[in-house]
Parts: sequence; C-alpha cells; structure tokens
Amino acid sequence: MRALTWQGKKDVRVETVDDPAIVNPRDIIIKVTSTAICGSDLHLYDGMIPTMQAGDVLGHEFMGEVVETGRGVTDLRKGQRVVVPFVIACGACYHCSKLQYSACDNSNPADEADISETLYGHQMSGLFGYSHMTGGYAGGQAEYVRVPFADVGPIVVPDELEDDDVLFLSDILPTGWMAAENCEIEEGDTVAVWGCGPVGLFAIQSALLMGAARVIAIDHYPRRLQLAAGLGAQTLDYTTANVLEALLDMTGGIGPDAVIDAVGMESHGFSIDNVYDRAKQALMLETDRPHVLREALMACRKGGRVSVPGVYGGLIDKFPIGALMQKGLTIRTGQTHVQRYLPKLLDMIREKRIDTTFLISHRMALEDAAEGYRIFSDEQNDTTKVVLKPGWERAQ
Amino acid sequence: MTRRPMYGQARSGSVAPLALGLLAVAAGVVGAVVLSRRGDGLRHGFEDAPRRSQRRPQSGSARVVGRSVTIAKPREEVYRAWREFTRFPDFMENVASVVSLDDTRSRWSVEGPGGSTIEFVSRIVDDVPGERIAWTAEEGTSVPNAGRITFRDAPGDRGTVVDLTMSYDPPGGAVGAMVAKMFQREPSIQARRDLKRFKQLMETGEVATARTHPVSEDER
Ligand SMILES: NC(=O)c1ccc[n+]([C@@H]2O[C@H](COP(=O)([O-])OP(=O)(O)OC[C@H]3O[C@@H](n4cnc5c(N)ncnc54)[C@H](O)[C@@H]3O)[C@@H](O)[C@H]2O)c1
Ligand SMILES: [Zn+2]
Ligand SMILES: [Zn+2]
Repeated sequence: MRALTWQGKKDVRVETVDDPAIVNPRDIIIKVTSTAICGSDLHLYDGMIPTMQAGDVLGHEFMGEVVETGRGVTDLRKGQRVVVPFVIACGACYHCSKLQYSACDNSNPADEADISETLYGHQMSGLFGYSHMTGGYAGGQAEYVRVPFADVGPIVVPDELEDDDVLFLSDILPTGWMAAENCEIEEGDTVAVWGCGPVGLFAIQSALLMGAARVIAIDHYPRRLQLAAGLGAQTLDYTTANVLEALLDMTGGIGPDAVIDAVGMESHGFSIDNVYDRAKQALMLETDRPHVLREALMACRKGGRVSVPGVYGGLIDKFPIGALMQKGLTIRTGQTHVQRYLPKLLDMIREKRIDTTFLISHRMALEDAAEGYRIFSDEQNDTTKVVLKPGWERAQ
Repeated sequence: MTRRPMYGQARSGSVAPLALGLLAVAAGVVGAVVLSRRGDGLRHGFEDAPRRSQRRPQSGSARVVGRSVTIAKPREEVYRAWREFTRFPDFMENVASVVSLDDTRSRWSVEGPGGSTIEFVSRIVDDVPGERIAWTAEEGTSVPNAGRITFRDAPGDRGTVVDLTMSYDPPGGAVGAMVAKMFQREPSIQARRDLKRFKQLMETGEVATARTHPVSEDER
C-alpha cells in the first residue's frame, strides 16, 4: 500500500510499504477514506519529538471502511464506516474505567512503554503514528491501518454524514471540546485562547457552546483570526498588541477567568523569553518553548483555570511557578480522552449544533501529502487544515 | 508445549524474559532471599520501601529484582493464571517453552543469543492458592534461579496487587561471562516488561504490539 512515511526533519515521503494484517484478536483493518494532518504532526515534522525512526508511517486523524475484523471483534462488521480515535485504549484497565483513555495502562507495548516511563515517571497510552514513545504504531496517513482494541475506539458513523463532517472526531474536535471542558466555564466567564489553529478554533467554538460570555482569540495570522471572529470570538494579534495589557483592559482589570494554551511547544514570535528558549533549545538545554504557557499563566485571573491542550514533550525553563502558586490557579491538561466524547459530539454534529468543516482549507490526494505538510507548516495563514484522500489522483 | 505466536515484538537478538531471575548463578543464596517472608529481604530501619528499591547497594552477593503491578482482576483468577507455568511463553519474552512434569515440577526452555537454548527444571517450593507461589531451579542446573510472586487485594476494588521478586547473583568467572552476555537487558527492566505483558493479557486478553503482521515461522 501507499503511506506517508517520516524520514527525518522536514522530510516526509509517500512510499510503498507492506499492507497491515490482523495480529491480535481485537484488531480490525480499515481502508482509509479520509485522513488529516494535525498540528501535532508538525512537531514530528520539525523533529521536536524524540524516538522517531526513519520509515515510520504518520497520521493519527483518520477514518474509513472496516475491511477485516479479528475473531475477538463482535460489534463491528466489514463494510461499516468508522472514525478512529487517535488514542489507543484497552477499555479494561483502571484508567479506562475512569474514562482516562490517554492514560490507558495496556495499549503501549511493554518494550516501547519504557521510554515514557523514564521520561514521565509513568507510561502513557499508545497513539497512532506518533513516535515510538507512544507505541510505534503505524499511522493513518495510509491506504490501510491496523486498529487494535477496535471494540473500544472506533465509532460507526451514519451514511448521511460526509467524511468531512465526522473526520475530526478522531482528534481535534474532542481536543477542542476537552480543552474548553477543562476551563470549567461559569456564567459570565471570559476565556482567552492562544492559537487559532484547528485545536484553538474548536476550543473557541466549544467554549461558546458551553456558555462562555466571551472568548478572546490570540494569534498572528489574519486568516486564522478571521475564522475565530467568524465563530464569535474577539481577536488579538500578538504581533501588534501587548497581550497581557490588552487582556487586562478587555476584562475590566480582572484578567480572563480561564485561559487555553492551544499552541504548545513550538510557540512563534520574538519576545525576549522566546528568543532565549530558542537558544536553549538549539543547545539542547531545553526541549520545549513555553512562551505561550508563561503568558497564559501571567494573564489568568486569580483563582482561575488554565487548560493546556497544546502538546509539550519534555522540559521547560523559567516556568512562572510563582504566578501559578500565588494566584491559586488550577491547571488541567493531557492528551485527549477521545473515546469519552465521541457519542455526544457525533450527536451534536448530526443535530448541526457543531460545524466541523469551516476550517478545511485544502483537500488533496494522499500522494501529495508531502506538499500538504509543507504548506501546513510554512503557509499557515492560508492553510488552516489539510485533509488527504487516499483514493484521489495526484495533482502534481 | 512449544512457543505460540503470542505477541509480536521483533525478536532480533533480544534476550531475557523474567530472565535474569531465571538465570542466576548461586541457587542457594538466590532461593533464600526470594523465599524470605517479606519476599524481598528484611526490613531496614523505619520504612516500608521494598529492598529492591534501596539506593545503597544490596548487601550480600544475591541481587534482587522485581516489580509490583496492579491488575484489575480478582485475586483467585490472577493466581490461577500465573500458576499455569506452561503459559509463561505467552508473555515472557524469551521463555521458549515450559513443559509440566508433575504437580510441582516443570521443564523450562529459555532462549539465549545466537539460537542457543538453556534448559532447567523448576520446582514449586511454596504454593498458597490465591496468595503466593515460589519456585526455584533444581540443583545441578547451570543457571540456578528462583522467583516468588504474591497476590493481595488492591484497595478500593481495584483488583489484585501482584508483587514479583526474583533473585540472582551478580555473575563472576566463566559462567558469569556467559550469563552476562545473555542479559543484554537490565534484569529489572525485563521483569517489569514481562509483568506488564502479564497484566495486558489478564486485563485485555491479548498482548499489545505495534506489529502490522503476525510473528512468522522463521521469526520464532
Ligand atoms: N492534547 C491533545 O490531545 C492534542 C490533540 C491535537 C493537537 N494538540 C496540540 O494542540 C496544538 C495546536 O494544534 P493545531 O493543530 O491547532 O496546530 P497549528 O500549528 O495549526 O496551530 C497553532 C497556532 O498557534 C499560533 N501561535 C504560535 N505562537 C503563538 C503565540 N505566541 N501566541 C498566540 N498564538 C500563537 C500559530 O500561529 C498557529 O495558528 C499543538 O501543540 C498540537 O500538538 C493536542
Ligand atoms: Zn492530532
Ligand atoms: Zn486501558
């Protein structure tokens, strides 16, 4: 089959690799009909995530048709259309029983799990197409994927919904939803969201649906800020405004009640601390650039909530622990517990209460995936979300 | 029983299952440490940390490795699964086969590097259903070793706390060199991985793997 493989920093290629087969009883194989490139994939593309190996198949946002089922799978049949969560979870361990799917004890293979155990103190769940630290599972930017624990993750979608309507159930829609849920929004709340990429945009939409009185969106790409405004957010361009001052002024001197870092470890910009972080990163003294996290902690009102869907992988420096402790802030974060939100979000899509397609800027053939990565990385203003179609003819 | 194609790991050159424990050099010391009541040696000072987690080098010549894991299944069920030694190859990376000889004795075949195989007979020396099992290799084997596993109810209905302890002597001399070569992996890491796979098998019915193909005949 054809699949998008990681070869090194800024080097991804569509190559021919072996078709996957059923390995364990609870596996299914799906034929991918749509798959997307995620901001998280850019961290891989930029070589920011350790434990990648040349040839790894990327992609964790995908859906398709069930073409084979293991003997332990009873609730799925060949021919059904499913969306697959990027988090692989067993459904049986303590964490799964608490609906903390991304903390699943059993989905990260024992040999690979050592790495996250060493880095984080505990192993995390397996993820599709996201380095060996998260299991080394082949991803979904491919024609076929082996999906383990298929009785727990994949959700069957009705025929009347198009792929584009439901594809983002695999990651960014529940991620934006959980980011807003972690803000514990109360009546009258102002929520500030850093980053108007797909995650930030869905977080904005979710926060408004959960009753936030106001959402303030922060980014520097006009096109992305425009999408945020279209959802009903007020906007801030951090290249022209002093973000901390502006947020105080816009909230009557209080600060936002909740803040969301939807940027993560690769913050842009030339603020003093970000330049310092770039230097340290280059010298390998620090792995992540936490400019946004620092700013969000400083901006948040006393006793407020800090939600961090943005991905961090290792160590940061100059963390404003004083602001966190003295202001009595609460931080909630994590890889999304996707499975937890699927039935509810699918219902909301059916009822047309959530719009999932407004952010798609490009649809292209899987064969053109390398170009998709390039524009999503380098032309972010115009490229808000790239959806790849394995069935399509290549354009160039 | 011969090896079943259980889970997938590429097996190229990888050695060591519950391993180090399985291959030790001094049966006597090994057995004594593992079989002591606390499972992992004496209490030291005012603390409950297991001996294997001490920072100071462990006293005596025997080394103790092991790990604790909580499995979301009832104690009896977990005990019964472990008591069936013939199933060890399902989750222990380089135990090729375990054949039952009688109620308490079994013949173990462990894979070494370059296709070599080490065999020994293991005898159960303590067995309290639902609580603990201890075993030791019979004397005369080139690879003495011993192990002990205990089962306790986890608090709050979280299943069973399984505590595995194995003991071996830091190897020296010619045998030591051979053994050292076999353990390309830190024995405590191997014990941890084997125990994790046991938990996976108990809780999910399978061993997680990122393979995209079943293990083929020649990989076995
Ligand atoms: N927690 C999860 O499970 C999960 C799931 C998916 C994605 N993510 C993470 O969420 C983050 C965002 O994902 P995405 O797909 O939206 O990525 P993206 O790269 O498309 O968007 C990031 C946005 O942040 C903006 N930005 C950069 N620096 C900024 C700054 N200093 N201030 C304000 N905005 C700034 C960029 O201009 C860009 O628009 C990534 O870190 C991604 O890994 C997390
Ligand atoms: Zn994603
Ligand atoms: Zn689980």
